[in-house]
Amino acid sequence: MATVAAVIASTHHPFYYRASTSAGAGRPPFADEWVAKIEAFRETLTRAEPDVLVMVGSDHFHQLWLDNMPQFLIGKAPFYDANFSNEEREFGLPRMFLHGDEELSAYLLRQGMDAGFDLAFSNELRIDHSITCPLITLRPEADLPIVPVYTNIFAPPMPQPKRFVELGRTIRRLVESWPSDKRVAIIGTGHLSLELGGPRQFGPHGPDPEFDRRAVEWIASGDLQSALAEVSLESLWLPGNATHGFMDFMLMMGVAGDGSKADYTDSLDLFHTMEAYFTWYPRPVLAPNAATP
Amino acid sequence: MSRYLLDKFLYTVDRDPDLVELYRADPRGTTLWWEAERANVILNCPAAERSTWLTFTDAEREALATHDYVALFELGAHNFLVLTLFIALFERDYDEPLGFQLEFARRLSHWRLPYPDIST
Repeated sequence: MATVAAVIASTHHPFYYRASTSAGAGRPPFADEWVAKIEAFRETLTRAEPDVLVMVGSDHFHQLWLDNMPQFLIGKAPFYDANFSNEEREFGLPRMFLHGDEELSAYLLRQGMDAGFDLAFSNELRIDHSITCPLITLRPEADLPIVPVYTNIFAPPMPQPKRFVELGRTIRRLVESWPSDKRVAIIGTGHLSLELGGPRQFGPHGPDPEFDRRAVEWIASGDLQSALAEVSLESLWLPGNATHGFMDFMLMMGVAGDGSKADYTDSLDLFHTMEAYFTWYPRPVLAPNAATP
Repeated sequence: MSRYLLDKFLYTVDRDPDLVELYRADPRGTTLWWEAERANVILNCPAAERSTWLTFTDAEREALATHDYVALFELGAHNFLVLTLFIALFERDYDEPLGFQLEFARRLSHWRLPYPDIST
């Protein structure tokens, strides 16, 4: 069976690429510290020696639109082009070309549907910055095949937070049952408190530092019980109007397992949002999701 | 109320660099043209198989025709779509980094929770 080599959750800040590659007067004062943190974080994936990356993110109204909006979607394609013109325009992100792992995509789709998730699929999916940002930070060579998993954290009505957690638990269990000798890293990105297009946007910190503090604690300690008790679709509007992206962190907590403490935790308080980075190295003895129906 | 159509305008203009420039230069003309020619086109269907029922309310049309992003926020247009398109329209007019984004926030600063509903 396949091995889950690492579980990684982080924010995906589209400004990192430009900040890290800029020089001279255009280089922001926080760039060096940010790059140092990202390089240390990158090492946590490199060390796991993955063969395949399952990448959890969300399409930001690029390919997926309100006339046909999936809640959870898995890409099943041999290749993925990546990044869109408005990401080039606003963030300076490069166009990218990625390989897919169709066999793992097919396995997750079939087994996921049989496990109670009626997953949408796409045979021609262009990937956006929710997945390319973590590739740029964690695997800039972009040389490993991916399986993209998109969630709707953007367009109400959205699934309940507990469904994100359950999908995370299911993905973990399915990867561990995949008949393959490959090492799979499961990587997902979301948000802490975030405001976009509202009065609290682009402040000196994230819009709700207290939410961020508690959220980092929940993730780092694997405290799904508290996260599920305190977070609802309604409550997520309060820390910032784009904070539903936190549900992708909750999905990744489901992948990591209840009570599973992160082996690596770091954060960076930037203007506009708090950046946060977590890595778990699954140990067979934990088998945290084996009993989940 | 047609929040979906507001969002469709923002989405389809934002993804077309020529339309972004047209909308910057002529917001009223672009809004009226788009409503007449594009509003009912289903994005994944041939143009002949279009919808027949989508129109803006007067308030929505006027908000788009005047680049009034405060009104768009108040009408429940999707916050991400408004921000992304309006950065493309106006960031270039500000000297300081994030100058437009901070002005955008300032003009909405009278708003407290709950914000207008964005569901479609």
